[in-house]
Amino acid sequence: MVAAAAREIRDGELVFVGMRLPMIAFALAKRTHAQRATGLFENGIIRDTPAAEMLYTMGDPQNLRGATFCGDMISVMSFLQQGRVNIGFLGAAEVDRFGNLNTTWGRESGRPIRLPGSGGACDIACLSQRTVVLLAHDSRRLVSRVAYITSPGNGDGAGWRRSRGLPPRSGPSAIITTMGVLRFGEDGEARLASIHPGIRVEDVLSNTGWPLRVADDVTETPAPTESELAVIREIDPTHFWTKA
Amino acid sequence: MTAAPSKLVSMREAIAAHVPSRATVMMGGALEQMIPFSAGHEIIRQGRRDLTLVGPISDMLFDQMIGAGCVARVMAAWVGNASVGLGYCFRRAVEHAIPNAIETVDHTNFTIAMALHAGALGVPFLPTLTALGSDVLKSNGNLREFASPVGDERLVAVRALHPDVAIVQVQRADESGNPHLWGNLGVVIDAARAARKVIVVAEEIVAPDVIASDPNRTLIPGFLVAAVVHEPWGAHPAPVQGYYGRDHAFFAEYHEQSRRREDFERWLEKWVLNVSARPEYMAGLDESRIAGLRVREHAYSAPADFGV
Repeated sequence: MVAAAAREIRDGELVFVGMRLPMIAFALAKRTHAQRATGLFENGIIRDTPAAEMLYTMGDPQNLRGATFCGDMISVMSFLQQGRVNIGFLGAAEVDRFGNLNTTWGRESGRPIRLPGSGGACDIACLSQRTVVLLAHDSRRLVSRVAYITSPGNGDGAGWRRSRGLPPRSGPSAIITTMGVLRFGEDGEARLASIHPGIRVEDVLSNTGWPLRVADDVTETPAPTESELAVIREIDPTHFWTKA
Repeated sequence: MTAAPSKLVSMREAIAAHVPSRATVMMGGALEQMIPFSAGHEIIRQGRRDLTLVGPISDMLFDQMIGAGCVARVMAAWVGNASVGLGYCFRRAVEHAIPNAIETVDHTNFTIAMALHAGALGVPFLPTLTALGSDVLKSNGNLREFASPVGDERLVAVRALHPDVAIVQVQRADESGNPHLWGNLGVVIDAARAARKVIVVAEEIVAPDVIASDPNRTLIPGFLVAAVVHEPWGAHPAPVQGYYGRDHAFFAEYHEQSRRREDFERWLEKWVLNVSARPEYMAGLDESRIAGLRVREHAYSAPADFGV
């Protein structure tokens, strides 16, 4: 999952790095195929090199040391709003068939529960050229319709983002789960683009909360290479973030 | 030259004088760095009620203040515990009105930053493209969609926010309130400029000529500052760059110890209510734990030459 996420980053891109797994994905990409990528962190940090040590939060002192830039949130968010940021990563409690994300209201035993909220997620989903979502594959998390749109994807389908005034070159690009990778068609709906090694298409379908369409050219996600695995072990030695 | 008057006071005096009940208080503006936990704990000890808390991501300080019954309203982009996610006191207050009901005014990081930036600029609102199409926009009355007066764009007007007081943790300051702060800044500078009053909480008090040796690092002019508190380790368990690291385990322990209300009450007694001030709080931490948080290897920036 982390390796698949890292491969979404192209060399030289401006990357908006969210909390948790995205921090590992960015560090992995920087140490493998995207050494010229630049990381932007919403707390005001810009890095041309990955942090030297594992991070628990983007505000860890290890993420400030050796940074290229430390400033305020607006100076980093303004690059998002200008449309300069190529790719942004997000986690979510729930994602739906159109890539809308909910991190505000969840459900537990049928009752609504209050989740932490947007943080910078809504901003990234609105304004980055491509948004990549990372989450565990579970039919309670990949739902037909999110209860609350914290961070907009394609709304209810093609044309929705433009009708809401969101920038033309923006929107969801991929949903990377523990089972596979979903990508979006012209109609704005997600479909299964690749399945991770050892996973069957039926497993993906039965763990998705809507009748997920399978792309005609569905493939197997390339397994992490030895060098990718070695880097992941190095940047997350205790498997704090990468349990699998 | 006459020295500027000293604003140096104790944390108890600063909170007593400048943070009344029902105030709108900005804390934690630098996100996970430099969160003024010590100030928040003193607010709890002084029994403030009906506060409006303002911050981008509050980390677990807001969760503690909500659990302690100080809060009527939270205006934030994210409320929880950055290490582990959910904040149990926040959930209990929103879902079950325990210890009291609270109102949440949901922002995004960018919209709360814009609200404070508008306040800092002295304009009633600022336009942005973020939040369009989201339910955050629908739920927050301080965000209003409007048609651009200069083109055909749709925009969001973010209403200016003026906290009554911004509490800002910094590395060092002089006694008249000119701080030096460095590292990632989040919304701290705009919050200080937008606020009616600023309380500076400093790890070190330095002479005015130290501040004047590097004026680019004086990011908040001292005339905005109402009080300066000298409070070493004032941000623990959050980090202060160049002073101490983040006590990750403390965040995880709080998460477990706040899962049930009765456990949270015990946590609050041990770490806040039965503590007179910051030195006593620090005495509750093992010496080896504190040693592990100290800077292992200093990394000083190259000096900037202000010579004439």
